[in-house]
Amino acid sequence: MNNQLDWSVIPNNMDVFIQGAILTLEISAISLLLSIPLGIIFGIGRISRNPIIRFISGAYVEIMRGVPLLVLLMWIYFGLGQFFSLGSYWGSIIGLATFSGAFLAEIVRSGIQAVPKGQMEAARSAGMSNFQAMRFIILPQAFRRILPPMASQFIILIKDSSLISVIAGVDLTLKAKNLAATSFRYIEIWTFVALVYFIMTFSLSLIIRAIEKRMLKSEQ
Amino acid sequence: MISIKNVNKSFGDHHVLTDITLEVPKSNVVALIGPSGAGKSTLIRTINALETIDTGDIIVDGISIHDKKTDINKARTNIGFVFQSFNLYPFLTALENVTIAPQKVKGLSKADAEKRGKELLTSLGLGDKFDAYPGRLSGGQQQRVAIARALAMDPQIMLFDEPTSALDPEMVKEVLDAIRKLAGDGMTMVVVTHEMGFAKEICDQIVFMAEGKIVEIAPPEKFFTNPDSKRAQDFLSVVLNH
Repeated sequence: MNNQLDWSVIPNNMDVFIQGAILTLEISAISLLLSIPLGIIFGIGRISRNPIIRFISGAYVEIMRGVPLLVLLMWIYFGLGQFFSLGSYWGSIIGLATFSGAFLAEIVRSGIQAVPKGQMEAARSAGMSNFQAMRFIILPQAFRRILPPMASQFIILIKDSSLISVIAGVDLTLKAKNLAATSFRYIEIWTFVALVYFIMTFSLSLIIRAIEKRMLKSEQ
Repeated sequence: MISIKNVNKSFGDHHVLTDITLEVPKSNVVALIGPSGAGKSTLIRTINALETIDTGDIIVDGISIHDKKTDINKARTNIGFVFQSFNLYPFLTALENVTIAPQKVKGLSKADAEKRGKELLTSLGLGDKFDAYPGRLSGGQQQRVAIARALAMDPQIMLFDEPTSALDPEMVKEVLDAIRKLAGDGMTMVVVTHEMGFAKEICDQIVFMAEGKIVEIAPPEKFFTNPDSKRAQDFLSVVLNH
């Protein structure tokens, strides 16, 4: 075991890291985009007047929250994968999106419930349907309130995407693991990988913070 | 124009409306007054179905409001509603507050909706506030935007649920002036109010409620000088002599 750090392993394998990082970003971004409609649909479903919709939405949220992501990914990849040819790419995306969607649903629900009741009453009094009132009056306000917790959820999603390496998703984590196993440069590689994940999540934080600022400004 | 027939409503054991029957002819202005807890707000909210009723019928401009077959969204476009707490949309400007429903519900173009919205806001003394967000407006200004928002749907009926109760005293007049002007234009209106002078001046009928019942209906000159019921006499002696 040599104790001398040798960082040359990083630039020498930059192409490998970039490939891994691109897959991580790609899978995270697609999962994130899919998890938003899931979060909105099931978040509204949680407070629906229809008991069946409420039950289904509640079951979805509770099951997804109760099962570890690792187990969910395994179940989708090896279980669902027997009936549909998902592959690790779509298996990863379905797993991450449905998992994150459940947490988003709870965030959306709390955001909608935080909008004062009078807003819905005013919109309905003007002749808007329940759907129109949600779409044009309630959700825009709920969205402003839930941006910070949503940002946290998206960051968690990016970090959780490292788990797809267990179902053969050749992301940043799996690339790093393989490289470390052959080069034995564990400290250098995992330090660099941590830095790359941090850059991704911190950039997302900054973007969402900018959106938040712009929205607050428009209400002044 | 508004016909309320034998309406009953309970919250559990509590009877909030008991056998309410009331006619509001076209272009009439009716004030609902009475002690708090009398059911005034509940009653006015049943007229556009913000509250359900247990039994009875409410007909507005020929349409049975609580009939399940009625398209309530369409019926509501004919009934403007102004809330005690304004309920303006805080993320929209004054003009956007006024124009959103005409665009989304009536399908007006943005240009047409804005033209009408600007006319309404200007007529209510808000010609310089088109782009202001509600948070930047005084209570009186906010309530006038809310009135413009309701009028933008061109309703034949306006309902006001304690429109001045959340206002600082110096802002009450500007809102009452706006309502007074509507009365002059012949708008059919129901107003829940504690402003007795205002009720006396502009209303055609005073409806006095207590404990979920209509106790007395009378023209203002009779009601404020010589009410029939003991309950109304007691109420007036308190509110007029404080």
